[in-house]
Amino acid sequence: MSQPESAVADAQAGGRSGQEPLAKLAKRYGLRRAIARPRFPVYLRQLWERRHFILTYATSRTVSKYSRSALGQLWQVLTPLLNAGIYWVMFGIILGGKNGIQNYPAFLLTGMFVFTYTQRTVTAGAKSISGNLSMIRALHFPRASLPLAYTIQELQQLGISMAVLLAITVATGEWPTWFWLMIPVVLVLQTMFNIGAGLIVARLGASMRDLNQLLPFITRFWLYASGVFFSIQDKVVGAAKLPQWVADVMYLNPAASFIEWMREILITSHNPEFGHHPPTMVVVSCVFWAVFALGFGFWYFWRSEERYGRG
Amino acid sequence: MAELTKELSQVKGEKPAVPGKDVRVHPKPEPQGKRPLDVPTGTPTVIVDDLHIVYRVYGAASEAEKGNAVNALTRILKRQGRPQMKEVHAVKGVTFVAYHGDAIGIVGRNGSGKSTLLRAIAGLLPPHKGAVYTDGQPSLLGVNAALMRELTGERNIVLGCYAMGMTPAEVREKYQEIVDFSGIDEFVQLPMSTYSSGMGARLRFAISSAKTHDVLLIDEALATGDREFRKKSEERIRQIRESAGTVFLVAHDLRVIEETCNRVIWLHKGKIKMDGDPKEVIAAYNKG
Repeated sequence: MSQPESAVADAQAGGRSGQEPLAKLAKRYGLRRAIARPRFPVYLRQLWERRHFILTYATSRTVSKYSRSALGQLWQVLTPLLNAGIYWVMFGIILGGKNGIQNYPAFLLTGMFVFTYTQRTVTAGAKSISGNLSMIRALHFPRASLPLAYTIQELQQLGISMAVLLAITVATGEWPTWFWLMIPVVLVLQTMFNIGAGLIVARLGASMRDLNQLLPFITRFWLYASGVFFSIQDKVVGAAKLPQWVADVMYLNPAASFIEWMREILITSHNPEFGHHPPTMVVVSCVFWAVFALGFGFWYFWRSEERYGRG
Repeated sequence: MAELTKELSQVKGEKPAVPGKDVRVHPKPEPQGKRPLDVPTGTPTVIVDDLHIVYRVYGAASEAEKGNAVNALTRILKRQGRPQMKEVHAVKGVTFVAYHGDAIGIVGRNGSGKSTLLRAIAGLLPPHKGAVYTDGQPSLLGVNAALMRELTGERNIVLGCYAMGMTPAEVREKYQEIVDFSGIDEFVQLPMSTYSSGMGARLRFAISSAKTHDVLLIDEALATGDREFRKKSEERIRQIRESAGTVFLVAHDLRVIEETCNRVIWLHKGKIKMDGDPKEVIAAYNKG
């Protein structure tokens, strides 16, 4: 006992001279590495087992976010309403962005709310790991719980925004049709895409600190490229005289696809030649992005699972 | 675990033996809880093999390079890397084996790598070099990081329990126990930001200690709350230790370590300076 010198010597030598290596000793007694990445299916199962934590964490964040304001959670409704008001005044009235778009308020707000859901999830996702390092360094849980919880938090907000959007759409003269039943389908696909995108930026944000500084510019560019304020077809092909394929490519960007599908559902005067059916290309694009982002996102995030604590 | 405490307290001859089942964990009885380090008397539960931990710290710019855009640009042009990022080599080649039934105290000055070592054993910090092997999942005693100050005690209890991986049934079962143990009574309805520091600490400890663990890592948990609560929490920790296989304890209060541990590791600047009997190590530490 108490042979401090030899202990120091051992520590410096990185092993215990004359005895079996520690790795072998560990193997003999069935000890496993403290930090090891579970296999992918196991990881997904662990994540499922943590669903209560993920939901509680998302709700807690929402409650805590509004707890200091006098109006409290009323802001969940007020925020989208105020946003809608500002965009409508700026782009609808002052800048006169109508450009022959009938029912411009519904056109604009659909684009805005759908885009905001993805934008907010990506922005929050980028901070979900780097902003919770103390928690990652103290507790065991599949790290994907954090970006997932952030997505769910935005999904809860979206539920309220959608109610506001539908109310405004009806107020602008659109009537509910059977096609409204497709709204949840679009939202499910968009949520799949958002989860995947959130996971990807979460891993990127964990190692690239500057991503948080850069993201506002990326999302703003994305906002303009997604035709939130204008019709891509009219501006790109009609006004700018660019070839048709440019517009087609722009419609293939996930945000533009989701917005386009939602507009087809909600606004009768939007591309009346299609009825309420979205072009096949838009549907294919939405499904592709949803499946691809979700699958790749989980895999990509999982690949780095054991390294998130380093900061 | 019980017998180690008993043996220790008998040696010291001041505290009464802890009542409870006398579970012998080691095959042969060891006089006064001492035994040679490298003789495998019990089953190893934690093996730390030449562990190096390197942290990245941001925002620690030195005096010469104050937040100035021109400086930042020159630095990038000269390819000097990010100025705010510093690598801290917190643990530099630590090696030891912990056995079933060990209660290991870790002492050392601030910044000697104690907490980092615990986090690495818990599998929360990836090793830069070397490895940690464990039996089961070691857990840190502490959920502070998951709690939110703006939320009520009620919500925080539920959130904390889920964060530690409990099921809804377990949360329902433990909820009242946590409220009672913390002794915060009707304050549980109020946001934690309204609590006194003592009350907050009590609630946090009550939540963290509601779960049982194989290998338990305790970081300064004893230094919380008033006298009465300290006694209560020491008792709780003793219970936890009885159910846990191996306990690691980081505390600045050397008395606590001497009373509860059968082995002490002295960390100095990320390296083991001494490893052995509590009395000898603590005596040397006090001198150093």
